[in-house]
Amino acid sequence: MSCPVTIRIQEDDFDIAREIAVLTKSRTDIGAVVSFSGICRADDDSAKVAALTLEHYPGMAEEEIRRHADEAVSRWPLNGVTVIHRVGRFMPGQNIVLVLTASQHRQAAFQAAEFLMDYLKTSAPFWKKEESATGTGWVEAHARDDEAAARWTKS
Amino acid sequence: MRVKYFAWVRERVGKAEETIEPPATVRTIEELIAWLSGRSEAYAYAFEKPKVIRAAIDHAHVKSDAAIAGAREIAFFPPMTGG
Repeated sequence: MSCPVTIRIQEDDFDIAREIAVLTKSRTDIGAVVSFSGICRADDDSAKVAALTLEHYPGMAEEEIRRHADEAVSRWPLNGVTVIHRVGRFMPGQNIVLVLTASQHRQAAFQAAEFLMDYLKTSAPFWKKEESATGTGWVEAHARDDEAAARWTKS
Repeated sequence: MRVKYFAWVRERVGKAEETIEPPATVRTIEELIAWLSGRSEAYAYAFEKPKVIRAAIDHAHVKSDAAIAGAREIAFFPPMTGG
């Protein structure tokens, strides 16, 4: 059973339907595709966000996502993984990240997608800068994201 | 060795990357942070809370006690906030 892994970091938007079509093209062994999209949100904890700028570490970002995608493939019976992370400046409502996981049955696809997103947030080298009416500042990391990632290492 | 800085570490240091030649007595990430901090006020400000700073050697995350010998590229950055 082959499991193609596609990882892209790009400024351009992505088309979820197209990416799912690419992942499932000419395959009859896939019974489930889970899709997670992360979208730029206007309402944060305090002020209204006018825009977000995403910075990344070229080279390491791709490698770090690849390491976790490979781990997901070794942990769950997957038939395909696509991770697309955008960089640049985004307005509320715009796409930031896409994770697709394909498997024979839904459980593996759901779990692998959650695993990938938890690690994407805590260990892939990306940083968000927020613009709001009160000024511009770097987004602080949340302890809840570290806790979410840590549960995958518990026995 | 080449050093890269990201997000607010980059802004505080005032540059995205540079080539450095620390003395042989600087052996770990922790010691490199201390050595960089002594270079100027900008570095001291960037590394004022060394426990917050994350580091990578040749594109892999490392802890502060990691040895820097043989490293081609070292990066310093704040905790990540992607996704």
